[in-house]
Formats: sequence, structure tokens, C-alpha cells
Amino acid sequence: MSQAHASAETATAEALIHLDAVTKVYAGTEAPAVDRLTLDVPEGEILILVGPSGCGKSTTLRLINRMIEPTSGRIVFEGEDVTDVNPDQLRRRIGYVIQQIGLFPHRTIAENIGTVPQLLGWDKTRISGRVDELLEMVGMEPHLYRDRYPKELSGGQAQRVGVARALGADPDVLLMDEPFGAIDPITRDRLQNEFLRLQAELRKTIVFVTHDIDEAIKMGDRIAILGDSSAIAQLDTPERILAQPANEFVEDFLGGGATLKGLNLRRVREIEVAEGYPVIRPDTSREQALAALRSSDEDFLLLLDAEGSPTRWLDEDNITDPATALGASGLPVRVTVEPEDTLADALEFMLQSAHGTACVVDSHGRFDGMIRLETIMGEIASMQRAAREASAERKRKGAS
Amino acid sequence: MTARTPAAAPGLFRRVRSSMSDPEGGWIGLVITPVMALILLGTMLWVWNTADIDQTTRNILEGSKLRGQFQEHLFMAAWSTVFVIGIAVPLGILLTRPRFKRFATPVLTFASSGQAIPAYGLLILFFTWIGTGPWTSIYAFTLYAILPVLRNTIVGLEQVDDAVIEAGRGMGMTKLEALRKIELPLSVPVILAGIRTALVINIGMAALAVFIGGGGLGETINSGLKLRRDVATFMGAGIVAMLALVVDWLAALAERYLRPRGV
Repeated sequence: MSQAHASAETATAEALIHLDAVTKVYAGTEAPAVDRLTLDVPEGEILILVGPSGCGKSTTLRLINRMIEPTSGRIVFEGEDVTDVNPDQLRRRIGYVIQQIGLFPHRTIAENIGTVPQLLGWDKTRISGRVDELLEMVGMEPHLYRDRYPKELSGGQAQRVGVARALGADPDVLLMDEPFGAIDPITRDRLQNEFLRLQAELRKTIVFVTHDIDEAIKMGDRIAILGDSSAIAQLDTPERILAQPANEFVEDFLGGGATLKGLNLRRVREIEVAEGYPVIRPDTSREQALAALRSSDEDFLLLLDAEGSPTRWLDEDNITDPATALGASGLPVRVTVEPEDTLADALEFMLQSAHGTACVVDSHGRFDGMIRLETIMGEIASMQRAAREASAERKRKGAS
Repeated sequence: MTARTPAAAPGLFRRVRSSMSDPEGGWIGLVITPVMALILLGTMLWVWNTADIDQTTRNILEGSKLRGQFQEHLFMAAWSTVFVIGIAVPLGILLTRPRFKRFATPVLTFASSGQAIPAYGLLILFFTWIGTGPWTSIYAFTLYAILPVLRNTIVGLEQVDDAVIEAGRGMGMTKLEALRKIELPLSVPVILAGIRTALVINIGMAALAVFIGGGGLGETINSGLKLRRDVATFMGAGIVAMLALVVDWLAALAERYLRPRGV
């Protein structure tokens, strides 16, 4: 993500999609749905269009692949003016994901994913190879899923297939209209993380519409906050939008807790994890455990199982109580955080755990270290500082 | 649902429904029709063996005559159904395209009022216009049976999820490709149900063709009535009913096997 942030400065030069004063007025209405919108989407960036419902963000997205024909203005795609080219040919070069997914119920998963390659006239072996590759990419076993029908999939699986289908002919650009909007929050969170991981590899140019500011902050390299008629209220990186809302409209739209939202941007792997937290293993004796606890500044120590996964919190009373075995006393470790979790997740776990700390585990569930509330507070402070500096910088630039 | 209902039951029924049933009657419909046909056949055989059959009745029910009438009957029903499909399906497709959508309601209203005319009246109307013969009947039946196919084509195409069409168009399918690869396959079950209705209507209607010299099994019924030979009338009507039942059953089978998988 940070890579794309850096390139945002030079956006115009390498814009893959360029909208130039694009306007859409629907027949029979006075006010334009989209009013002279000029927008650049640089290569490899996720640009989020976010705004209240009815602001024209979906219309804007559909103008790019000409599902809706613009009333005036130009659309430039990979340096080529596509305002008047054959829209069907254009769309075969652009991946498209919609909220309702719209899988073809009468076609197998493989046929669904192979739709665009088939339209482009690829031969069967090539399509079949591509389908398997895409299924694996979205984490679904090809031999299990390729011959199933959409009705046999869960919502999350269907959305994965929807994304795989959009990537069918390896387009450079993806347009996504609230792709995770109709999915339960837990699955949505997982799909978002998976998608970001995928994007880190694929580096597609993505225009992503949502009405959910938290999703925008999490997914976007840059965010365009749109007001009426798709007027851009602010277009910037999530960090800077949170730190310096351009006006009252943006502020209202962000709602409270901008800094808290900022915690959605940082991941556990990016911050330093406190090492040296006192831990004991199943074979540790009571005396050794007591010594370990007393030699640290902590009130609790952590019991790991044979695999190294955290299992229980023990305090001094638990350790010295001879009536209960160490493995059965104290409190169980209910939640752990992984390197890919956001600091917002970590903070939530900490507040739940009542220890003011959260166990970080690696991808195998092994204990890796501890995050403390103070670490997160420090992150918040440094984010606020960075935001202040950024805005001062911008004001200085604006003045000169 | 009570707690005692076995958990497997709903899944079991769903499987039965999707693999064995047609959308209206359930799989029982597929069994009932042959049973009814067999009962009818049994009754006809019983009547034939027990009733008092005189020479006039034998003359009316002569094998070669019946065969000829049977062929004429099928000929009329088949051709009128072919014409119905040829007119109603394209018309239905046209009336669901954005440009012609606004004509859908007027056309459907017109087609419904057409069906309100008594079938016999429609036949006579065509007779005074075109004259005698099986083709006059075929044209009249075609007009009469258009409504179910037209209505089902329109309903079938309209019930296709807009999101599915949007997804197809958004990936670069042309309008024609979206129609051919998405809309039509997904409306096949509904359209087929309309065609099945039209087919059965036409088989019943073909019994009227005799009144304008179109032939068909109506001749046997008519002769039986005129000559007061109830057995002959019953046999003629019974054969028409059997034909309708068998064709309906075959159409139900076709519905099942032509329905796209996964839907």
C-alpha cells in the first residue's frame, strides 16, 4: 500500500484511467447525476469512491466501462480515448464485480470464471488452465469447485468466484461496486484481507465503490469522498483524509473517532512487538514459574502449550495454589491477534481481555510476543503528529 | 415445522424436487398422468368388451379410419404448436427489450381478449375468411394458443435476475450474447411450461376441426353423436383425452430434461 501512496504524487503522469469533465444527465431530470467529474486513477492503485447514497458514485463507476453512456466529457483508458469505442469490446478489458455478484446460475463455477476468456475466443485448454489458476488464487480447491453450480456456494465463496471471474482474462483494471456489501461482517473482514493480499501480488488498477467509510479507509490507497453529483469533496490518502478533513462535509461523513479509524490502517506486523514477556511451558515447575513471574514487572505470566500456543493467564495466586494444576488454573486465553490484523482489532481484543495486552501469534498459532495498550497509544500519538506535519507541509506548499 | 421432523427431510425433498419434479405438480404429477391414462384405457377396453356393439358403431370405429383421423389430429395440433412457438417466443423476446417494453401490456391484453372469444366462434370466423380444410383450423388454433406461450415467454424473461444480466453485460457480452447465453436459458423452464399448455390446448381444440371440414378425431365423436352411437362418441373422446394425457406427460419429461442444470 505504501508504495502506491508514494506514487500518488506523480499520479497524472501514469494515470491508467482518466476521466475528463465527465457528465451524466439522465433523461427527464434537471440535476446531473455526475457533474463534470475529472479524475485520475494511477496504475496499480486502489481508488475508493465513497459517499452518501445517491451521490452518483455507482453511476461514476459505470461510466468508466460505459455501462452508462456519458452525456459529455471524455474517458481515457490506458492512454486511449474510449469514449466512442465499442463498449462490449471495452468491457472485455475491464474486470467488473457487483454487490449482487450475479453469477450465472445455470453455468458451473468453471464456466462462470471462463466467461470473458470464452468471449475472447481462447481455446479450451487455455481457459481450463486459467480457471484452475484463478480458483487457487482465491483459495478454492479447483477439483472441488470447478464443476459445482453457484447455488451450492456460500455467500463468501460466491463472492470469491465473482472476483475470480472478474480476473478471468487478466484485465489491468477492476471496477468493484460494493463488492463486499451483502456479506456478513466476519466474512467481509476476511474477504477484505484476502483481497488486499491478492492485490499486493497482482497490483491491478482498481476503482472501488462503497458507502462504508471504514471499508474505504481499510481498502483504499486513495479515497475520493464524493458529494452531490459526484463532486469531489476530498481526494487523498486515507491517513491524510483522517488527519485533515478538507471541509465540514468530509468531517461529517467521517463521523467521530477519526484517529480510531486510523488504527484500521496499521497492521500488527508493522509495529514492534514486546518480547521477553514471562512465559512458561507445560513442563515448568511451580518454583520456576514463580521465579519467572517475580523477576519480571508483570502481574501475569502466560502458559504455552507444547506447540507454543498461548493457553492460560496465571497470576501469583494461581501459581502458588497447590490445589489446582497449573494447566487448569488462571484464566484461559480467549483471543489472539495475528500479524495481518489491524491495530483496531488488536485494541478491541485488549479492551476485552482486561490485561491491557494482546497475545500476538504467528500464522501457526505460536506465541510471538505481546502488544500493550501503551504501544497502541504511542502509535496514535505518532499518527496525530504525522498528520499535523503533513498538513503544515501542505499549507506551506499552498502558500508558496 | 415441529422438532420431531427429521433434519434430513428438507434436504431430501429438495433433492427430489430438483431432480425429479416439474415446477408445477411435483414428481407426483409425472406418475399421476400415466395412471390416469391407464384407467382411461381400462375403461375404454371394458366398454368395448361389455357394451352392445352394432355394425354402425363398428363402421365408425374402423381401424383405418381412426388411424387417419389420429394422424390428422396430430398434424393439426403439431403444426399449430409450431406456429405458436414461432410467433409467440420471438414476440415475447421483442416485448421484453427496452425499446418495445411499453407495448407488452397492450399486446398481452389483446391476446387475452382473443382467448375470450369462444374457440368455436374463432374457428367459424377463420372458416368464413379462409374456407375449409385442416390449415384453416391450424391458423385458428395458433391464434387461440398464442397467449400462454407469449405470456410465459415474457414472464420467463422478466424473472431473470437483473444482476445476472448486468454481470454478463459488464463483462462484455453483447446484447444478443446476453439474450442467448443468459436470458433464454434461464427462462427455458417457464417458456416450456407455456408451450406445454399450448400443446394440450391444441390437442383439445383439434377435435373441433371436424366442423369446418378439417378432419381429426372429432369426426368419430361427431359421427357417434349424429348416429346416436354413445360407444363411438365415448371412444373418440377417450382417444383425444389419451392423446392429450400422453403428450402432456412427454412435455413434462421434456421440461425436466431441458431445464438448465444448476437452476
